[in-house]
Amino acid sequence: MLLSLEPRGQQSRLMLWCSPLLAAALTLGCGSLLFIALGHDPLLTLHTLLIAPISDGYGVSELLVKALPILLCALGLAVAYQARIWNIGAEGQLLLGALAGSALAVNIIDLQSRWALVLILLVGTLAGAAWAGLTAWLRTRFNANEILTSIMLNYVALNLLLFCVHGPLKDPAGFNFPESAMFSDFSRLPLLMEDGRVHAGVYFALLALVAVWVLLQKSFIGFQIKVLGLDKRAAGFVGFREKRLIWLALLISGGLAGLAGVCEVTGPIGQLVPQVSPGYGYAAITVAFLGRLNPIGILFSSLLMALLYIGGESAQMSMNLPQAITQLFQGMMLFFLLASDVLILYRPRLNVRWARRAPATVPAGAL
Amino acid sequence: MPNPVPIPDQTPRLQLRHISKRYPGCLANDAIDLTIAPGEIHALLGENGAGKSTLMKIIYGVTQADSGEMTWQGQRVNIRNPSQARGLGIGMVFQHFSLFETLSVAQNIALAMGAAAGTPKQLEPKIREVSRRYGMALEPERLVHSLSIGERQRVEIIRCLMQDIRLLILDEPTSVLTPQEAEELFITLRRLAAEGCSILFISHKLGEVRALCHSATVLRGGRVAGHCQPAECSDRQLARLMVGEAAETITDYPKVVGGGVFLSVSQLSWHNPDPFGCSLKEVDLEVRRGEIVGIAGVAGNGQDELLALLSGEERLTRNDGATIRFAGQAVAHLRPDARRKLGLAFVPAERLGHGAVPELSLADNALLTAFQQGLVSNGLIQRRKVEALAEEIIRRFGVKTPDAQTPARSLSGGNLQKFILGREILQQPRLLIAAHPTWGVDVGAAATIHRALIALRDAGAAILVISEDLDELFQISDRLGALCGGRLSPLKATVDTRLIDVGGWMAGQFDAPHSPAPATA
Repeated sequence: MLLSLEPRGQQSRLMLWCSPLLAAALTLGCGSLLFIALGHDPLLTLHTLLIAPISDGYGVSELLVKALPILLCALGLAVAYQARIWNIGAEGQLLLGALAGSALAVNIIDLQSRWALVLILLVGTLAGAAWAGLTAWLRTRFNANEILTSIMLNYVALNLLLFCVHGPLKDPAGFNFPESAMFSDFSRLPLLMEDGRVHAGVYFALLALVAVWVLLQKSFIGFQIKVLGLDKRAAGFVGFREKRLIWLALLISGGLAGLAGVCEVTGPIGQLVPQVSPGYGYAAITVAFLGRLNPIGILFSSLLMALLYIGGESAQMSMNLPQAITQLFQGMMLFFLLASDVLILYRPRLNVRWARRAPATVPAGAL
Repeated sequence: MPNPVPIPDQTPRLQLRHISKRYPGCLANDAIDLTIAPGEIHALLGENGAGKSTLMKIIYGVTQADSGEMTWQGQRVNIRNPSQARGLGIGMVFQHFSLFETLSVAQNIALAMGAAAGTPKQLEPKIREVSRRYGMALEPERLVHSLSIGERQRVEIIRCLMQDIRLLILDEPTSVLTPQEAEELFITLRRLAAEGCSILFISHKLGEVRALCHSATVLRGGRVAGHCQPAECSDRQLARLMVGEAAETITDYPKVVGGGVFLSVSQLSWHNPDPFGCSLKEVDLEVRRGEIVGIAGVAGNGQDELLALLSGEERLTRNDGATIRFAGQAVAHLRPDARRKLGLAFVPAERLGHGAVPELSLADNALLTAFQQGLVSNGLIQRRKVEALAEEIIRRFGVKTPDAQTPARSLSGGNLQKFILGREILQQPRLLIAAHPTWGVDVGAAATIHRALIALRDAGAAILVISEDLDELFQISDRLGALCGGRLSPLKATVDTRLIDVGGWMAGQFDAPHSPAPATA
C-alpha cells in the first residue's frame, strides 16, 4: 500500500484564499474537542479564549499592544519569504533591537530631549538589521543555510541579552533584580489614549504596513525579490543581483524586527527585562504564512495571533487552563494551514497494490 | 537505403488494442491500436505531446494503462514493471541515459543485469561478442564519462542485447547523434531486425523514418492519426498526418550577406568548474548586422557554456572584457542587464524556469526582460505600460492565451516560445541570441518563429541561433558552424555547405586554429 500525492490539474485560486479560514475553523474544532477532553464546556472556553478578552475598550487596546510587535516582525518576514529566504531569526533580531535600544536609553537617561527617543528607535532598528546582516553575510559569503544560522543566532541574541541584563545594564538601584533602570520619560513612546497601553508604535506599524505593501506589490525591487524567490535562473538571466537582493530582504526583515523590539522596551515595558518577548518572533512566522505573505492578510492574522496570546492568559487565570494552550493553538493553526494548502494543490491517492496482483500470473509461461 | 522487406503474415510480436491512459488534465493516450510483427521496424511518429512517450512507457511497464489490452506473441499480458518487461524480452533505450559516469562499461552493464548474470569480468567476452556482431565498436573496460554520447547510446543498446531480446524500443535515438553516427545506428538496427527482433522506433524526423522503418503509426493529440508505409509516403503526407491539415510546407528564405560586424568573439577560452561539463577552447565567432549565424552541435559540446558567456550569466574578469565585443565595445565582464542596454536580446533554451517564470503572469514575464524599456519609473512598476506591452506581444505574435494575466506555465510550449521571442523582438535588439528556438514547438508555431527571425534579420539585427535541428539551421541561417568538444568550427556560408560537412564538424573534423581536432570513433 502506498500513499502518493498527485498534483491537481485545476488549481483553485479561490480555495487557496479560503484555506486560512479553513485552517482557523479546523483549529477551533480541534480546540473544542480538546476542551471537552479536559472536562470544560467548549463554548464557554472558546468564549473565554477568543471573545471575552476583547469585549471592552481596555481589552482592545491590549490586543493592539500585543499585535504590534507580531505585525512588525511578520511584515519583515514576508519580504524575506517572498525571496524564499527563510529567516527564522526574527526573535533574535527583535531581542537585539530591544537590547541595543535599552543600552542607549540607560546611558542617555538624563538627556531632556525628544531626540532621545528618535535616537533610541534608530539604534534598535539598526541593531536588528545588523543581526540579520550576519545571516546575510554568512549566506552570501559562505553559502551557509540561513535557516540554521538565523535560528542559532536567536540563542546567541537571547544569551547576550541575559548577560547584559544580569551584568552591565543591571539597575544599580534595583535590589539586584535582573532589570535595567526605568527609562526617562523622554525615551518612552507616548501613549495614544488615557486608559490602556496603546502607544505611538502603532503609527510605525501602519507606516511599515503601507511601505511593505508598496514594496511588494508596486515596486520593481519587490518584483525582483519575487522573481528571485520563484526562479533563480530567470533572475540570473536578466541580471538581477542575487546577493544584493538577499542582503536587502534580510536587512528589511531584521530592521522591522529590531523596531518591534525597541518599541516593546520604550513602549509598554519601559525598561529592559529578560522576558522582552514571549516568542513574538516565532509567532510571526506562523502569522506571515497565515496572511499569505500579503501585508493586508498579515494585519488580520497578527490580530488573531495577539488574541490567542491574551485569550490564553485569561483562560489560564479564569479557567485554570495551562499556558501551553496558546502555543498549542499556534501550532494547530500552522499545521492545518499547511495541510489545507497541500490538499488544495495535490490529490492524495492510495495505491492498493495487492489488489491488482491477481491477473498477473499468465505471462511467465509466454517465453 | 534498402527497401523494406515485406513482413510475412504470422502471429504479431506485440498487439495493443484500445490502450487509454489519462493524466490529471489530459488524455495522453486515447484508444490506441498498434501491431508489430516479428522482425519489423515500426516507427511511432508524432509531435511533442502526441502521446508517444506515454505509450512506450505503458509497453515497457513504467506506467499502466487505464484500459485496453496488450497481447505479447498471442498471449494476453499485463506488464506491471520494467523488470517483467525485460523478462518477456522487451528492451528499451531511453532518450536520457541511465549510466554511472564513474564506472566502466562492463560494470554498468553488470549492474543493470543483476547479480545472477555474473561479474563485470565474466561479462566482458559477451559484451565484445555482441558489439562485434552488431557492428558497434565498444571497449568494456572504458569508463563511461570518457565515452561520447553516441558511444554511451551503444552501451544502452548492448545492455538490451545481452539478454534474449524480442522487441527493442528506442526513444528518439538520433536526437543526440551526428548524421554519420545515426547512419551507423541504422546499420545495427537493420541487422537486428533481419535476425527477427522487432524494433519500435520513436521519432519525429520524417527522413530517417523513411530510411529505416517498414511501417509507421502516426499519433496526434493522443489518438492514432493513421498507419502508413513510410517509404510510399511523401514528407508532406506524413507531416499532414502528424500535425493535421494546418501543416505548412517548408519555406525557402533568401540567403543574405551581412553588413558590419556586431558581435565579435575572439579566442574565448573558459574553464568549466563542473568536472563533467564542457570547457570552451579558443572560440572565434563573428556575427554581422543583418545576418543569421547558425551553430550546430550535439548537446553537451559547449552550447550551454557559450550561451551563458554571451548572455552574461557567466562573466570574465575586466581584463578579459574584450574577448566578447558588441559593436567594438568590450562586454565580457558586464552583467546581463548592462549587455541588454547595449542591444542584446536573449532567448534561452529552457522556456519555463529560465526564459519565463512559470508562476508569474505573462504581463510580469514581459516586465522580466523589458524593464529597461521605460516600464519602471521612480522604482515603481508602470502597470499600465506593462499590460500594454504584454498585449502587444500577444497580438503581434499570435500568442493563444485568454489574457495577459494568465500564468506562463499554463501556455503550450509553442505559444510560450512565441511570447518570449516576441518580448525580445519588440525591444528592437541589435543582437538576438536564440537557443533551440523551435525545440518542442509544433510546425505552425515554428514557421511563425522562423518568419519573425527572418524579419528581424532583414530589419538589420545580428542574430545567432544555436540549435540541434539541422533542418532548421539550413533553412534560416546565412552562415553555419558547429561546436564539438568546446571548439567552434570555422563558419561557412550556408549555400556552400552540405549536410555531410556539418555532420563532420559536429564530430570534430575541422581545422582548429591551434591544436588538432580530437579524433572521432
